[in-house]
Amino acid sequence: MIDAMISIVPESWVMHAPALVVVIPMLAGPFCAFLPNGRLAWIVSILATGASTLMALVLLRQVQALPDGGVISYAMGGWAPPAGIEFRIDALNSIVILLVCAMGFLSSIFAWPTVKAEIRRAKKAMFFGTFLICFCGLLGVAATADAFNLFVFLEISSLATYVLVALGAGRDRRALPAAGNYLLLGTIGASLFVVGVGFLYGATGTLNMAELTVFMREIPDNKAVMAGYAFIFVGLGIKAAMFPLHQWLPNAYAYSPSFITMFLAATATKVAIYALIRFLFTVFGLDFMFEGQSLIWVLMPMGIAAMLACSFQAIFQTDVKRMLAYSSVAQVGYILLGVSLGTAAGVAAGMFHLVNHAIIKGALFMAVAAVVLAHKGTTLNDFRGLGRTAPLTMTAFGIAALSLIGVPLTAGFQSKFALVTALLESGWWWGALILMFSSVLAVIYMGRILEIVFFRAPLNPNKPHDEAPALILIPLWVLALASLAIGIQGSFVAELANDAAAAVFIGGVR
Amino acid sequence: MVEFVLERGNYWAIIGLMMIGLFIAFSAGNLIKRLIGLGVFQTSIILIYVSFSRIDGGTAPILFGADYGKDKDKETDPAVGLEAGEATGSGYDSAYQSLENVYSNPLPHVLMLTAIVVGVATLAVGLAIIVRIREAYGTIEADKIAEMDREVAMAQAADEADERASVAGAGTA
Repeated sequence: MIDAMISIVPESWVMHAPALVVVIPMLAGPFCAFLPNGRLAWIVSILATGASTLMALVLLRQVQALPDGGVISYAMGGWAPPAGIEFRIDALNSIVILLVCAMGFLSSIFAWPTVKAEIRRAKKAMFFGTFLICFCGLLGVAATADAFNLFVFLEISSLATYVLVALGAGRDRRALPAAGNYLLLGTIGASLFVVGVGFLYGATGTLNMAELTVFMREIPDNKAVMAGYAFIFVGLGIKAAMFPLHQWLPNAYAYSPSFITMFLAATATKVAIYALIRFLFTVFGLDFMFEGQSLIWVLMPMGIAAMLACSFQAIFQTDVKRMLAYSSVAQVGYILLGVSLGTAAGVAAGMFHLVNHAIIKGALFMAVAAVVLAHKGTTLNDFRGLGRTAPLTMTAFGIAALSLIGVPLTAGFQSKFALVTALLESGWWWGALILMFSSVLAVIYMGRILEIVFFRAPLNPNKPHDEAPALILIPLWVLALASLAIGIQGSFVAELANDAAAAVFIGGVR
Repeated sequence: MVEFVLERGNYWAIIGLMMIGLFIAFSAGNLIKRLIGLGVFQTSIILIYVSFSRIDGGTAPILFGADYGKDKDKETDPAVGLEAGEATGSGYDSAYQSLENVYSNPLPHVLMLTAIVVGVATLAVGLAIIVRIREAYGTIEADKIAEMDREVAMAQAADEADERASVAGAGTA
């Protein structure tokens, strides 16, 4: 099926797929913003994200066709790599690009009903334009191999995100301080990152990641490189909502428009985690002594703290969106715990969980968007009895919730199983125990919603039909079924994740 | 020791600026002051890069004097430049070696042009959000906004508790 979809791509486009995947939404964004009509802009954004998804599939196939550790190198504007900007696609970022594209495509299909309800008429075209710019920035972060270019794309996506979050003010004015806070912390994070890149540039004289890797091996004990490492680690940590640096996330997710919450939860932190993995393992590499220490003494405790503290915080939330936001931080903790193992199995499990979590959270937030549409609110009360009045929406929500907990036959189980296996392989049995405990906490907070949804009487018995429109139901069920499919036959995604980890540890570095 | 400190005067200034900026960004109650702190912080980063690019005795990276003509020759006769490039392995290296004046590294300056643009865009978005906050809350003091939000949240929680109680009452009756 994938091959059939790829075969419609013109030959001349295939050559330039690494650039086109970013450039299509970049051009479509401003175009959208000037369209007179919100519905037209919505259609353009579906077409643009769809075209990007096709390009991402082409890229995935191209990377898979290469021998082990192969990379596609694309010189932007024909300027040869060390001096010019290079886009470099390997097994690790092709999967991230595909994830962002697919989630962007599904979320823009689902966007119309919620945007129609939550965004003022005059702003709809602008809204979709901003969304496409954000989408393009995230893809750029994933595709580029130039450290400074990564900063620029990071800021493109972040600036668009601040605007999108602030547009939630139509529903709740608290979106505005949330966006302001996010802007402050996000900018500080990106600035710290760029300081780190500056140190690396000062020490090596290059910005190309592949060259940085080579030159860094020659100066292992350089103080500037160590300082640069610390700055990059913290800067990307803020963007990825690493535990103590996650303060911007719950409010930004809770008050932004439903569509944006869903899109951000599925992509934004994931891309930042990808950038972190890229810098930790490809650019610095495990033989950089400082890094091994920081993985064990910083990343691992922070991952565990996130899993425990944020799961506890999630239990005490009465707003479902906030609860899911805290759960997102906890899930980032799972991924970082896998990464902090510093083994191929650990990174593979982390990537696997990253993909699964994007699918699960996407589905959960889509269902929440449907509830916002029906009840204008997202407190636990609004969810009462929805299992009876909106069975299709809530069944998908239930599947995703079970998957988040990690019930067997769902995607969450597969990736948590991979994580536990990787932890046990490295002898971190206590890590596996903590992971189990955190999953129990997930049972509590998701179970609380499920109980209210399926076993309470509906809020308003006179209004028997709360079902979401088809435009929401279709992408929602695609994601829910995807999480079931991965849970039953997870080898497709697991192999992609293994390839990605292999690319980090074998290819690219040398 | 004193020499070590004094030699790095530019870095001390940058570190000082950076910390002042961060402190303002976190501690100021007024949202616009926070943005100003952020601006100071970002400017200190621009200074870091410009410091890096400076070379002892180097001048602004614009070709002049003997170098200026040389560059023109190369443009009119590209074959010469290509040949020299092949000899040393890279065209850039040979171009450096044939220069007579010392120039600062232009690349960090160019990077910082981009960073300045990003900074301006951030400031613009930040100010726009603050304007909207002023419209929605009537204040731009972070403490007051937080307090107003807390009151709203408390009222919502109270409403919800009432609703739950009434539902429970209906259930028993």
